[in-house]
Amino acid sequence: MRDIAIVSFVQSDCVRDAGAQNEVELIMPVLRKALDAAGIQSAQDVDFTCSGSCDYLQGAAFAFVSGVDPLGAVPPIKESHVEMDAAWALYEAVLKITMGQAESALVYGFGKSSPGELPIVLSQQLDPYYMAPLWLDSISTAALQARTMLDNGDITEKDMAEVVARSRKNAKSNPHAQLKGDVSVDELLAEPTYLSPLRKHDCCPVSDGACAMVVATVEKAKEWGKPYAVLKGIDHRIESHNFGARDLTQSPSTQAAAKSAGVANGPVEVAEIYAPFSHQEIILKRALGLGDDTVVNPSGGVLAGNLMMASGLSRIGEVAMRIIRGDIKRGIAHATSGHALQQNLVAVLEEA
Amino acid sequence: MADLAAVVGIGQTKYQTKRKDVSIAGLVREAAFNALTDAGLTWDDIDAVVVGKAPDMFEGGIMPELYLTDALGCNGKPMLRVHTAGSVGGSTAIVAASYVQSGMFKRVLTVTYEKQSESNAMWALSNAQPFSPHLNAGAGGFFAPIIREYMRRTNAPYDVGLKVATKDRLHGARNPLAHLQLPNITMKEVEDSPMLWEPLRFLESCPSSDGACALVISNEELAAQSPKKPAWIRGAAMRSEPTMYAGREQVNPQAGIDCAKDVYKQAGITDPRKDLDCAEIYVPFSWYEPMWLENLGFADVGQGWKLTMEGATSLDEKGDIPWNCSGGVLSSNPIGASGMIRFAEAARQVRGDAGDHQVDGAKLAMGHAYGGGAQFFAMWVVGSEKA
Repeated sequence: MRDIAIVSFVQSDCVRDAGAQNEVELIMPVLRKALDAAGIQSAQDVDFTCSGSCDYLQGAAFAFVSGVDPLGAVPPIKESHVEMDAAWALYEAVLKITMGQAESALVYGFGKSSPGELPIVLSQQLDPYYMAPLWLDSISTAALQARTMLDNGDITEKDMAEVVARSRKNAKSNPHAQLKGDVSVDELLAEPTYLSPLRKHDCCPVSDGACAMVVATVEKAKEWGKPYAVLKGIDHRIESHNFGARDLTQSPSTQAAAKSAGVANGPVEVAEIYAPFSHQEIILKRALGLGDDTVVNPSGGVLAGNLMMASGLSRIGEVAMRIIRGDIKRGIAHATSGHALQQNLVAVLEEA
Repeated sequence: MADLAAVVGIGQTKYQTKRKDVSIAGLVREAAFNALTDAGLTWDDIDAVVVGKAPDMFEGGIMPELYLTDALGCNGKPMLRVHTAGSVGGSTAIVAASYVQSGMFKRVLTVTYEKQSESNAMWALSNAQPFSPHLNAGAGGFFAPIIREYMRRTNAPYDVGLKVATKDRLHGARNPLAHLQLPNITMKEVEDSPMLWEPLRFLESCPSSDGACALVISNEELAAQSPKKPAWIRGAAMRSEPTMYAGREQVNPQAGIDCAKDVYKQAGITDPRKDLDCAEIYVPFSWYEPMWLENLGFADVGQGWKLTMEGATSLDEKGDIPWNCSGGVLSSNPIGASGMIRFAEAARQVRGDAGDHQVDGAKLAMGHAYGGGAQFFAMWVVGSEKA
C-alpha cells in the first residue's frame, strides 16, 4: 500500500440511548465537523466515500441506505458500504487510493444499538444452524473466553479489574466517554459477578453514535494545507468460527495482522485497542507484542463507550488525532469483529 | 495507475427454488470450489476473500461472513463483507478487483449468495421503519409506478414487457444453470399470468432463487499462468445517489447515467451498442430492459423499447446487441449474487466459455447491477484482450 494521510477525525459522544435520533441525525454532526476540519464542503469534494454499519442494530433491512442522505450525494457520488466496523470501510478506501482511483476519501461508521438488546442481537452472528438457535449471546462467549484464561492461570480477576480501573481513569480526559471516574481495583472486585466470571464493568457499555474520518494521498493533504497523520500499514485477518477449534486465550489473527502491518518496525507510544471485555485487552496486548512502555487506551477504550460499527475506526482516529496534535510520533490501533475476537484489524500510524 | 486484473475462475451453482441438500455454507462453498476448479487452483492459492450479499435480514444471520470463513478456506486470511443493497453482487466484484488492482494482493476469491428458501425477502423489504414512510409493497410494488411513468412518457406499446419476459426466458432455456427453464414460453402465456403490480405480471417478475456465484481475480502475472482464457477487467465503476430528494429522476436515474459514462470512458467505449458485443444487465422486472437501454446509452431517451421490439437484444432473433444471454435476473434471482452473476456471465462471454448462450466472437462485454430504489449502481466492462 502507499502512505495514506489521515487529515481529520471526529467522533460523537457515546450515549446509552440516542432517543428519536435517526441515522442522518447521528451521522450529520460528525460528518460536518470532519469535513470542516479538512477544509472541504461535502462528499462531492472527495473521490470516494465508504461507510460501515449493521442493519440489525437499527432493525431495518437497508439501514445504511439512510446513511447516504447526509452526504449531499447530488450529483451522484462514488460510494460503497461494508456490513462491518468502519475500520474495514477505511480499508476499502485504502485500496481505492492505492490503486490510484481516488486521491481522497470520506469514511464513516454509525450504530444505534439502543433499539434492541445488543448481546442477544449479536447471538445471531453465530452459525445459523448450530449456534444461533441456542441464543448464546456475545457476553456469554466472552465469559467462556475469560473463564478459560482464569482456569489456565493466564490472568487473575485482579488483572481484569486493573484494566477497567485504568479505562475509567483514562476516560476522564475523553469528553465523548460514557463511563469514567476514579474507581479502585478493590472496589471493582467487591462488585458481584454478572455473567461469571465477568462483572458488569468487565463488559463494554451499549452506546449510540457515529464517527467520521477524511483521508487522502499525502500529496493531496499537502495541497489542502492541513496537518495529518500517516497511515503506514493496515491489515486484517479472520479466524475459524468454531470456538472449539480455537485457542480462545490467544489471538493469532491479531498477531498476523500486526506483523504484516509493521507494528514492530518502531516504538509504539500509544495503542488504542478494541477490547469490548477487560480480559480481551490482555490477550490483544500480548498478540500485538506490546511492552509496558506503550500507553494502552488513553481514551479509555471501548470499556468507556462502545459505538458498534464505529469503535474500530474510532481507535484509528484517536491515535491519528494524538499524532496530529503532536502528542506522539507513532502509535497503533486495533479493531475487532465477531464473538471472542474472531476477526481483527491492525493499523500503524506515524507522524508526517 | 491501477494494476491490470483479470477474472481467471468462475463458479456458479445451479439456481433453483430450494437447495435443501446444502446449508448456506455448503452453497457458497460449492460456488467457490467451482471457481477454483475453473481456475485450476486450490484454497491455498487464494490471498484474501471478499463476500457480498443483500441484507442480513433476508436469512436472519448477522454479518454471516463470520460464520462462512471456514467454508471459504479463509481462516488466517483477510475477509471483507460488502453490502450495497441489490447492486451488491456487482460492487463486491469491483471491491475484490481493487484488492488486485491496488497491487496489494495477487489473487483473491470473491463470493456472493442468497438462499431465498431460508429467507423471506418480501418481509425483510417491507417491515415498518421507525423514521421513514412505510412501503408495504416489496420491490415490485416500489418499481411499478416508476415503470408506469416510463410508459406514459414514451407511449411504448403495452407488450414491450411481455416481449422482454419471453426473450429472457428463451435465453435462460439455453443456460442449464438458469432457475426457470421455459423453452416453450410465449408472449401470450406471459400476458395470461396473474397481474401482481400493475403493469407487472407474475411472469414479468424475477423468481426467488437459491444460489451462489464466485470469481477468482488475479494480477497480470498470475493470469498469464491460468489454464483458461482470462477475462480482463477493462473498467469498473460505482455510483450512488440519495433515495429521495426533490427533483430526483427515478425513471432515468442520474447515478446510472454517470456510472455508465465512467465505465465506458475507462474501457474506451464511445458507442455502447456498437462497441460492446453483448451485455448482462440487471433486469428483475421486464420493463427495466427498455428503461436501462436508455439509461445506459444504448438508445436515445424514449427509444429504448424500440430496440427490444426489433429484437436487437435477442440472441434468438440474432440481434446486434444481445442482452442477458444467460437468461438474466428474470430467469434466476439469488438476490445478493444476481449482480455478480451478471459480471460473471459477461466474463464467460469474452472467455468464449458461455456454452449454448455464447455470442459468437464476443470480445467486449458489460456487467451491470443496481440496487435499493435504483439509487445504487455498479458496472464493469471485461474484454478478451488487455486493452
